[in-house]
Amino acid sequence: MGADVQLASEASCHLFSGCGFPAPGLGEFQFKPIFTVAGVEFTKPMLLAIICALLVVGFFWAAFAKPKLLPSKFQLVGEIGYDFVKRSIVLETIGKKGEKYVPMLVSMFFFVWIMNIMSIIPFAQFPVMSRIAYPVGLAAIVWVTYMGLTFKKHGFVGGMKNLCWPSGIPGWVMVILVPIEFFSNIFVRPFTLAVRAFANMFAGHLLIVVFSVASWYLLSPTIGALYGSVSFVVAAGLTAFELLVQFLQAYIFVMLASSYIAGALEEAH
Amino acid sequence: MAPEVLLAAEEKMNPLLPAWPEVIIGLLCFFIVFGILGKKLLPSIEKVLGERRDAIEGGMKRADAAQAEAQALLEQYRAELAEARHEAARITEHAREQGAALITEMREEGQRQREAIVAAGHAQIEADKKQATAVLRQDVGSLASQLASRIVGESLEDHARQSGVIDRFLDELESKAAAAQGASK
Repeated sequence: MGADVQLASEASCHLFSGCGFPAPGLGEFQFKPIFTVAGVEFTKPMLLAIICALLVVGFFWAAFAKPKLLPSKFQLVGEIGYDFVKRSIVLETIGKKGEKYVPMLVSMFFFVWIMNIMSIIPFAQFPVMSRIAYPVGLAAIVWVTYMGLTFKKHGFVGGMKNLCWPSGIPGWVMVILVPIEFFSNIFVRPFTLAVRAFANMFAGHLLIVVFSVASWYLLSPTIGALYGSVSFVVAAGLTAFELLVQFLQAYIFVMLASSYIAGALEEAH
Repeated sequence: MAPEVLLAAEEKMNPLLPAWPEVIIGLLCFFIVFGILGKKLLPSIEKVLGERRDAIEGGMKRADAAQAEAQALLEQYRAELAEARHEAARITEHAREQGAALITEMREEGQRQREAIVAAGHAQIEADKKQATAVLRQDVGSLASQLASRIVGESLEDHARQSGVIDRFLDELESKAAAAQGASK
């Protein structure tokens, strides 16, 4: 059951009209399939993910396909975005060795950001990253890269040591610390990476929906109109706030991915 | 909690459980983005950024080189100018010295010539005078002795010449004339 369906069914319901508040819930994150192929339901988030990928590719294609020494305005914007991720996130975190991972992390940043922004784009109005599958996929890529680099650089034993054996700690603390580090680096990191992005987008979307639905529900020729307008202002404010969170979550996601890669490439100690 | 779980169970939805088709679609989308950006677009912009960096650095290098060259040229001109001035001063000084030397030399030459001419004149005068005196003395002597011999009637010529009377007389006469001349002056 999609958000649109639910709102439409409750459209006539207002405060003091005898019906309860149609509180939005998990249903907001489930969509009727647009079509079904071989038992696989093709839903709105999937469509949005594909649109996001095309938007990112389209933007950078327009900006960078025929680059010039004297950049056009479009190319300039692309360059600023590219340079921001490259310098302020990747090279800043990993250093000169990070040059190799710039394309992956740049792609990841813009893909995640655009998927988040979908939250406040009219008609889309849904952050793709609030479906756990998308952050899980991306976190899996980060995890595979992280583990792969760690073991490729240090070998299996060295890699395990890099993951679990912090330096400069007295021996007896290691008894506690090594299992924690092992658990933290190998299991918790990818999990939190995915869940952080997911939960922020999930909560943000839910907040906007709650206040939007409430504005409509409270709107009636009574004192409710006042509540309704307050709710609307909050919804508008939250939308602006979400714009910040969307960027921030993309930034944090890529920043953490960079720091994991930096940890994997760290010299043995 | 219970109703939510129920709701989730009813709608077969747990927000923390990824749906595999979505994971695959998400990964596919990411790899499309990564593939096109990583293989084509980012290398191409990276190349242009590098070229731009080179162009800017190259331009700055060229400007630096041009400035350095201009500076060197300026230094060279200044040095040449200073040298030329020095040379001119040296030449002027030399010419002045040479002129002064020439003037001195010519003056000395003139002096010498004048002196030579004067000396020659003096010598000539002296010689003429001596000659005239000698002739006069001879003539006066002979005339006086002739006159005296006529008066005495005998030839005293030889005697007089031997005794030098005439000469003495004449010297006396001369000194008298000189004294008279000195007094008149």
